[in-house]
Amino acid sequence: MSADRERKAATIRRLLDTEGDSVYENVTGFNEGRYESTADLEDYEQLRDEARTIKEDAIERLPELLSELTAAVEDNGGSVYLAEDEADANQYITRVASAHDAETVVKSKSMTSEELAVNDALEAAGLTVWETDLGEFVLQVADEAPSHIVAPAIHRSREEIAELFNKVFEPKERLETATELTEFAREYLGERMLDADLGMTGANFIAADTGTIALVTSEGNARKTVQGTDVHVAVAGVEKVVPSVSDLAPFVELIGRSGTGQDITSYISLFTPPTDSPTFDGEPLSAGGGDREFHLVLVDNGRMAMRDDELLRETLYCIRCSACANVCANFQHVGGHAFGGETYSGGIATGWEAGVHGLEATEAFNDLCTSCSRCADVCPVRIDIPWINEVVRDRRNRAGGQTGDLDWVVEGLTPDAEPAGVDLQKRLFGNFETIARVGSALAPVSNWVGALGPVRQVMERVLGVDRRRDLPQFARETFRDWFEARTAPTEFTQEVVLYPDLYTQYLRPERGRAAVRTLEALGCRVIVPDVRSSGRAPLSQGMIRTAREHARAVYGALAEHVDVGRPIVVIEPSDLAMFERDYEHLLPERSVERLSAQAVDVMEFVLERLKGDADRQTLAGPEAIGSAEIAFHSNCQQRTIHREDATVAVLDRLGFDVVESDVECCGMAGSFGYKQEYYELSMDVGEVLREQLGDPAARDRLVVASGTSCQSQLSALLQRPNQHPIELVDPLHCS
Amino acid sequence: MSRSVLGERMSTEVRAFSRALSERGVRVRETTAAEAPGVLEAEIEPPAVGATLDTVPVDLADLSVQVTHDPTPQELDDAATGITDAVLGIADYGSVVLRGGPEGAEPVSLYPDRHLVLVRAADIVQDMQTGIGAIADSIRDGHRSHVIATGPSATADMGELVEGAHGPRSVTIVVVSAE
Repeated sequence: MSADRERKAATIRRLLDTEGDSVYENVTGFNEGRYESTADLEDYEQLRDEARTIKEDAIERLPELLSELTAAVEDNGGSVYLAEDEADANQYITRVASAHDAETVVKSKSMTSEELAVNDALEAAGLTVWETDLGEFVLQVADEAPSHIVAPAIHRSREEIAELFNKVFEPKERLETATELTEFAREYLGERMLDADLGMTGANFIAADTGTIALVTSEGNARKTVQGTDVHVAVAGVEKVVPSVSDLAPFVELIGRSGTGQDITSYISLFTPPTDSPTFDGEPLSAGGGDREFHLVLVDNGRMAMRDDELLRETLYCIRCSACANVCANFQHVGGHAFGGETYSGGIATGWEAGVHGLEATEAFNDLCTSCSRCADVCPVRIDIPWINEVVRDRRNRAGGQTGDLDWVVEGLTPDAEPAGVDLQKRLFGNFETIARVGSALAPVSNWVGALGPVRQVMERVLGVDRRRDLPQFARETFRDWFEARTAPTEFTQEVVLYPDLYTQYLRPERGRAAVRTLEALGCRVIVPDVRSSGRAPLSQGMIRTAREHARAVYGALAEHVDVGRPIVVIEPSDLAMFERDYEHLLPERSVERLSAQAVDVMEFVLERLKGDADRQTLAGPEAIGSAEIAFHSNCQQRTIHREDATVAVLDRLGFDVVESDVECCGMAGSFGYKQEYYELSMDVGEVLREQLGDPAARDRLVVASGTSCQSQLSALLQRPNQHPIELVDPLHCS
Repeated sequence: MSRSVLGERMSTEVRAFSRALSERGVRVRETTAAEAPGVLEAEIEPPAVGATLDTVPVDLADLSVQVTHDPTPQELDDAATGITDAVLGIADYGSVVLRGGPEGAEPVSLYPDRHLVLVRAADIVQDMQTGIGAIADSIRDGHRSHVIATGPSATADMGELVEGAHGPRSVTIVVVSAE
């Protein structure tokens, strides 16, 4: 177990060193481009809804659409082959090539063809295959796998590509600039495209009504691949079918923006093959005629089973734009060679790999998803990608993780709903509520024990808790103990429930105390119910049954308050996101609606009161604090549910000057940063935040962060303290 | 709807189209059918090849520079400029819709380094949805090859953005008004 963690850590360390910089530069560039490009799109949210609806409908009616498509393509004069799996597809394509005595195949970029490993099959049959997309060409020359589903060679810098080409091709003049490299490749591949006997493309979308395939490209190689050959084979997963050509509109507007941040790529080819442009067989061109043969190879390879699998079905809506990879903090730092399976990479890769290659194909990378949820906020078809990752993690847990001798230790501590055999590390973090309760009861002794070297060594070896991390400090007096010992105000205008999240309750009760004083200053009577933790911790470990038990208990404990209309004020943004987003998968729809309607971020609640009749003088402002300058890091899940603005608005109203970080995630992400195999990645991700907060524009500012794990990460990254925004405005500072 | 309002509406789209192209750094010229030959002559880098122009009332044979119609593969390979029309312009994106067919407009628009595109002002629509709707109609009419082309071909695969990947390095759009 420990050796396995060390192996994972070593792979990540190697990729951080060799590919990390190039991946980071490119991927964060795409991510920034997406923010800008989607902001320019007036109907962005509406287009996402339309795209989602079209995909839901298409997958629902897939068998019927496949029949319609087949008839349309055959009417046009082409053939359709529905391939059951990789071998079936490759055999068919090889047969088509043999029937034409083809020697050379040129290909434009297609992830589905990567999934099939069709190049290997064709080469085994004696054919020569050329990748004509420049990124894929680099990989072909280097004999590497794609590190990104859209820009496959981003892990290589220009200098590395130049070195590779100079070594392999030995050009007369050494290649150096991107322009020289591009021109060289254009010429080299241009000849091969003209000589080739068979052209293969993928298809981003296929319209069932007319048999039209859409190819989203920028280089022009897909057009030349079709134009320069007499036999066109298009390979696509069955999920690429949409009902009609008109349905392509939202996707055309969303795909480039969501991916590399381009409003639109240079070419959206809408071919209705066989196309009738003249082949290069005649003089003049028109004498050659446009006789082409066309084969559409539709690949099942597990997709029809995914369609029947309620939890993986959503994966089929994916348009492979790469937004989920580009927005992902972990992906930004390691790239797809770590955060990817056999074929696919990034957040959605877990769904694809589990569906087409099987559960075990997700083993190496599924845990790199920290459920930060930034991808769910940017997916153009609104796939709940974190949920797919959690579901697959749950299945992996159940498929029988390793059973260790020390299972009974954790079993004793962990009254969860999971079977024996779930990885000890996951059980430890998944049952953090129990541990925190015991740790708090035994504090400060538990903290002293936790600080002992030998204890940390054992924790690292057995549980994979990295010894370089400071452990959370348990509070001797829990938040609720403090609350119950005090006298509530007798005059109030409103009753509110303050949700005692796990971290406020046992680790950071100061957040709860500040919240109570603030709410009371705003005229509220505060109720702090005895309620379980949200279930975020077990959910993030893929312990879905345990998470559901938490969700039921939380809803049960809060239902009466919800029914009488009391606001449920939440300090921990990851828990508010849990109630609003994740509970959709754990509770009945009606329960989630009712709870979400009442749940409110603590700063959002303060903002509403300040907008009303509340006197802002009762809260601490710059004078009470002694400084007006604040640096604010919002939590990833808070950003996904769009509540970070409320904090900024409150601080602004109170007279503070706020600068914000713009990193997607702090790198800690709950338990992720404590794990031995991920500690270094976590710190590498955090480094960007450290730089931003250490920048001259921010280094003298008070640091404010809403998420518990962000606070822990910031404590590790910075030499200065940090606090939750509610602590900043605490009326205690005024007295 | 009165004629003058229709005229104003179209000119709004032409303005938006030109603006979108300029923002992308794509060269755009606005002209009339009568003056189009002169504009084209100034833009052509010989040798040039051209496809039949269906959508604009311009005949490439009227130009003082030679434009080879229906070239041989060798002439296509040697050409520095390719001239085609577009069946549509899409103002929001600065895109043109190129329609290929047996006469060879697709290769003429794709292989030479420079692509000169003529688009009729009246064929410029505002948004993508309208554009796709028109393409759907054209597909139903039996046309098999449409490309929504926006700017020159490009790649970032060699470490930084390079214009001119496999397709043209530069694109010039000539918007042709009735008068």
